[in-house]
Amino acid sequence: MFEISGLSKEFHLHHQQAARIKVLEGVNFSVLAGECVALTGESGSGKSTVIRLLYGNYLANQGAIRIGGLNVADAEPREILEMRRITLGYVSQFLRVLPRVPTLSVVAEPMMNAGAGEAESLDKARTLLTRLRIPEQLWSLSPLTFSGGEQQRVNIARGFIHDYPALLLDEPTASLDAVNRATVLDLITEAKGRGAAIIGIFHDQAARDEVCDRSIDISQFAAMA
Amino acid sequence: MNPIFSVRDITKFYGNQKGCEGVSFDLYPGEVLGIVGESGSGKSTLLNVISGQLEPDQGDVLFDTRHAGMVSTTAMAEPERRMLARTDWAYVHQNPRDGLRMAVSAGGNIGERLMNIGARHYGDIRETASGWMGRVELDTGRIDDRPSTFSGGMQQRLQIARNLVTGPRLIFMDEPTGGLDLSVQARLLDLLRNLVRELGLAVIIVTHDLAVVRMLAHRVMVMQRGQVVESGLADQVLDDPQHPYSQLLVSSILQV
Ligand SMILES: Nc1ncnc2c1ncn2[C@@H]1O[C@H](COP(=O)(O)OP(=O)(O)OP(=O)(O)O)[C@@H](O)[C@H]1O
Ligand SMILES: Nc1ncnc2c1ncn2[C@@H]1O[C@H](COP(=O)(O)OP(=O)(O)OP(=O)(O)O)[C@@H](O)[C@H]1O
Ligand SMILES: [Mg+2]
Ligand SMILES: [Mg+2]
Repeated sequence: MFEISGLSKEFHLHHQQAARIKVLEGVNFSVLAGECVALTGESGSGKSTVIRLLYGNYLANQGAIRIGGLNVADAEPREILEMRRITLGYVSQFLRVLPRVPTLSVVAEPMMNAGAGEAESLDKARTLLTRLRIPEQLWSLSPLTFSGGEQQRVNIARGFIHDYPALLLDEPTASLDAVNRATVLDLITEAKGRGAAIIGIFHDQAARDEVCDRSIDISQFAAMA
Repeated sequence: MNPIFSVRDITKFYGNQKGCEGVSFDLYPGEVLGIVGESGSGKSTLLNVISGQLEPDQGDVLFDTRHAGMVSTTAMAEPERRMLARTDWAYVHQNPRDGLRMAVSAGGNIGERLMNIGARHYGDIRETASGWMGRVELDTGRIDDRPSTFSGGMQQRLQIARNLVTGPRLIFMDEPTGGLDLSVQARLLDLLRNLVRELGLAVIIVTHDLAVVRMLAHRVMVMQRGQVVESGLADQVLDDPQHPYSQLLVSSILQV
């Protein structure tokens, strides 16, 4: 499902003494359907950068990122948007939503965007919000004023509402208590069970051991300055 | 899928003063393109040229018409272009006073665009106008009031209703949220986003507000001194800008 080869990334900061921050060089790995792979490496090694490159949020300097037939590294914006709509889900570290939109709609939206009906999508949103223990009286409010852990759970519900064949997870269990963490790990296991290919960053070693089939140490792809 | 709109190598000078130069892009149905850049970078010039209000010095603009497919709008006869502007295209001005008739009632403002394309049945027109007031969250009880008695945000929503009533497929907007206070802006953006999605509209929106781009746009084009210096997926350009000027624009220093 994921096939990454020769991927490199540097940031050229034109206004900060024209610094070039070389982060990654020659990243190669693949992830199959039904597999969950953890990205590891010390802070700053480029784990989140890999995730963002795969999502098309950062621009690759070199290499190929094949996700279900599309090479994200040289795809048109609308092809990337189409991939995000149908194929590739992403749970970012922090929730980013529009003001005024109620939580229930925030969660249902990706499923509707992927083509499901409104009633069906709202039903599934309710189920997920219930599983993730977001109190029902919050559903009609915008998540913008929620606590960090509540926002993260809304974010997770959004990432799991559509059955994406591929998923990117950046610290999905950070800032969650034990029960909610267990629910998230269940969601990951269920997604693997239906054949999703998952790439995740987990600070929590126990979580990694529970859901991941293997780890890839990103520091092996550190670029030589 | 084919583009609905294709802009090719557009250049416009005002005498010796450059408006915009060598701008090309394609727009697809349902796509929202944001155009950003500092004041004087040529955003409005470009928008006015591609929406047929200013003649380019060079270049071409093609639109996928309902009857004849891709047609050059710069070569089009004036009456035909005017018809396009009344039906398949819409233009939302920054100042609602430029897009509304202030001496005509709210309902009349919406109805007028329908009458321009041949609607005649008074009852139907009024009903459609009232329906659109509801869709843009205006109190339908104020259908006979003049827009001069509306707040800025209400006027802007009325302008949007007036523009959308003919079922356009392409909308041009120049700073549609400029001059509105923040909570009013958020409401307007939310409304626009829903309409764009429901109706599958293609939109070109000029703004200096990067938050508007993040909320609404799929793609963004960054302009500096009349030229496009960077373009791409909206979140990618905002989070990983490549060009020095784009980096300056997204760095908090210039962000308003
Ligand atoms: N948008 C950006 N602009 C400039 N540099 C960036 C950008 N994003 C990431 N970097 C740099 O890339 C390097 C890798 O960062 P990244 O966030 O990928 O690390 P990480 O492995 O996820 O670390 P952590 O475990 O702390 O989250 C860092 O040096 C960071 O400063
Ligand atoms: N009618 C005109 N006559 C002469 N010069 C003009 C005219 N209109 C615009 N210009 C010039 O063309 C350049 C581009 O102007 P334009 O209005 O397109 O900028 P803009 O990006 O829309 O700026 P703003 O964000 O301030 O609205 C500027 O240098 C401006 O002074
Ligand atoms: Mg990280
Ligand atoms: Mg302007």
